[in-house]
Amino acid sequence: MQTFAVYVDNKPGVLNRVASLFRRRAFNIESLTVGHTETPGISRMTIVVDTDERGGRLVVANLYKLIPVRRVDNITDVPTIVRDLALIKVSATGDARTQVMQLVDVYRARIVDVSPESLVIEATGTEDKIDSLLEVLRPYGVGEMVRTGRVEMARGTTTPARRGARATVVGLDDAGAGSV
Amino acid sequence: MSSDKQTLTGAQALWDCLVREGVTVVFGYPGGAILPAYDAMLDFPIRHVLVRHEQGATHMADGYARATGKVGVAVATSGPGATNMVTGIATAMMDSSPIVCITGQVGSALIGSDAFQETDITGITLPITKHNLLVTRAADVAPAIREAFAIAANGRPGPVLVDITKDAQLGTCELDWDGAAPDLEALARPGHSMGDDPIELINAARRPLILAGHGIILGGAEAALQALAEKAQIPVAMTLLGIGGFPASHPLNLGMMGMHGEAWVNTAIQEADLLVALGMRFDDRVTGNIKTYALNAKKIHVDIDPCEFNKTVKVDSAVSGSVGDVLREWMPHVATGGRSTWIDHITELKGDSAVRDIQNLPDDGHLYAAHVINDLWRITEGKAVVVTDVGQHQMWEAQYYKHESPRSLITSGGLGTMGFALPAAIGAKVGRPDAEVWVVVGDGGFQMTMAELATLVQEELDVKIAVINNGYLGMVRQWQEFFYQRRYAATPISGPDFAKLAESFGLHGATVTTRAEVAGAVATARKCRGALIDFRVEQEDSVFPMVPAGADLDKMIRRPSPIVETAAD
Ligand SMILES: Cc1ncc(C[n+]2csc(CCOP(=O)(O)OP(=O)(O)O)c2C)c(N)n1
Repeated sequence: MQTFAVYVDNKPGVLNRVASLFRRRAFNIESLTVGHTETPGISRMTIVVDTDERGGRLVVANLYKLIPVRRVDNITDVPTIVRDLALIKVSATGDARTQVMQLVDVYRARIVDVSPESLVIEATGTEDKIDSLLEVLRPYGVGEMVRTGRVEMARGTTTPARRGARATVVGLDDAGAGSV
Repeated sequence: MSSDKQTLTGAQALWDCLVREGVTVVFGYPGGAILPAYDAMLDFPIRHVLVRHEQGATHMADGYARATGKVGVAVATSGPGATNMVTGIATAMMDSSPIVCITGQVGSALIGSDAFQETDITGITLPITKHNLLVTRAADVAPAIREAFAIAANGRPGPVLVDITKDAQLGTCELDWDGAAPDLEALARPGHSMGDDPIELINAARRPLILAGHGIILGGAEAALQALAEKAQIPVAMTLLGIGGFPASHPLNLGMMGMHGEAWVNTAIQEADLLVALGMRFDDRVTGNIKTYALNAKKIHVDIDPCEFNKTVKVDSAVSGSVGDVLREWMPHVATGGRSTWIDHITELKGDSAVRDIQNLPDDGHLYAAHVINDLWRITEGKAVVVTDVGQHQMWEAQYYKHESPRSLITSGGLGTMGFALPAAIGAKVGRPDAEVWVVVGDGGFQMTMAELATLVQEELDVKIAVINNGYLGMVRQWQEFFYQRRYAATPISGPDFAKLAESFGLHGATVTTRAEVAGAVATARKCRGALIDFRVEQEDSVFPMVPAGADLDKMIRRPSPIVETAAD
């Protein structure tokens, strides 16, 4: 798995261009999230691709061919904070309801809606944590579930994506031989 | 041309910008959605070449670009006009040719409604353009055109399509040329290099080869390549699109590599200890079986597009940048070569190739395509701009016409688009009116776009056409002969009397059936403005050597020795 933070112009059709690129080059997208950034007009995608390091280089190089792409960081090997957010509807009454509420506590999740037949749980954390919560909730009957998919940010100080920033491409300058 | 700020319609802004971009000629075909632009065109110093099919317009723009190095421009209406451009755009994309295609689009209020002649051409061309833009307001025309030209010509060149709605053409705007300048900083892309030091690899190599591709010509790196090859004494092998990037007569030029490359070149690649790949992309047609490709060699890859690094062949050192810049930086550090053992060895490898060469076949009354092309080369003193189509004749041209200068061979390599030659030659001739332009085309491919003969005549252009007429879709027939037990499914092809056809368009036409007639016919054609020669060549001749698709590069099918062949006749 390789993870990329991709800064793009927030223009119509950009997601289509990115998706089309992955389809054409036969790269399999594991997850893709998009959202605004602190810079107006620039959106940020977190893309997880099922490929190895060599494939990761090709993904970066190919993304840079898209004109609306401003900057691509391969953050696979960079210390990052990873979060996934899930809303999970569990049908639980009586005893089950108490047990579910205890599990929610253990996972530091929250109950955000209560109805006579069901509870809606909001959980944030790594994908593993959400997977594991789901696992323990499943026996009670998970009625409905929605997840944002992985969002990710490098730890420490990073330069914000300026318009047209000439970025160094993390993970590409292996030896820095030759000249550019 | 207008002074700095001026109120114009979107259509006027379009031509104003094109003129400022240096455009003097466009290739196009009108229709409803592009009509406002056509109307405005009359007031600008633009030559319009009316094509007979929009595919022709794109190939002409492409041929113009390849012949001149400038951006070629094609214009079409919405819907069918735009979809007819698709093949030409894909052709330009595969061969990194800078063209800008301008299409009309239905009014912006109608977009998405399946209006008459509405087609989502930006959607359709997304994967076959370097970039495309939809313009729905007059004010956006100028920035879009300026951005399109910057993108088409910079970095690795390629096609850009600008789709302009009818209301954007009709609406008015303040044209602000300077304000419309593209954000070049935003278009800049990070380069990168990786792996071993290329200089060390070169200086340590005993059996190095340079593989020279289209990037040499696109990057204007011919002199830098020659300087490097001569200083380090490294022989140079050419890709099909690299031909012309290094003089054919240069002692270090080995000739073409790959599927129909010279036998000694492919063998040398397999024996080399270093490949220096310059502006080429290890296409499967040049590598053969990738698993057995150049296993003895370290590999250096220089390309302007980092996407090419490690895409098919794993390399030890990759350097991104324009080839010329990189080579100039290398030069002072590259050791002066003494590689005569290696060079002598390659000369030895040529071995019996000369004996097998079709040039040495006696004139036995048969007309071989290779003879025709070799004679054409001799008579035109190797100075013509030759535009070929796709098939056997294309490979024979590459083998037997010796190109000394860049942009003198124009051919569809990556996409292999039949029908390319005639329209691309028209574009080349428009771009370089002083050049002697020859089309070398098969009887199959010619029939795909021969309607452009009318364009040739209407524009009073002097293009010569050599139809290599073998009565077959020859290259496919050859595959059927070699790999499908001679079962000639759908490859025999008939055609009109091409000489008469040419005459009916007002061109000089001639038919040649023996080798003895070749020189005379070519000489006569050279004196006419626009001429076609129908060369009725050997029907079942094949291109040798041939590396079957997917086979090891040095496992070539060779031409049977002439003695055997004469005996079989
Ligand atoms: C548009 C298109 N359709 C089909 C092909 C497949 N194809 C490659 S070579 C060839 C035969 C070309 O025949 P001809 O033009 O007569 O030239 P020859 O090979 O005989 O020199 C064909 C059909 C192609 N390259 N392009």
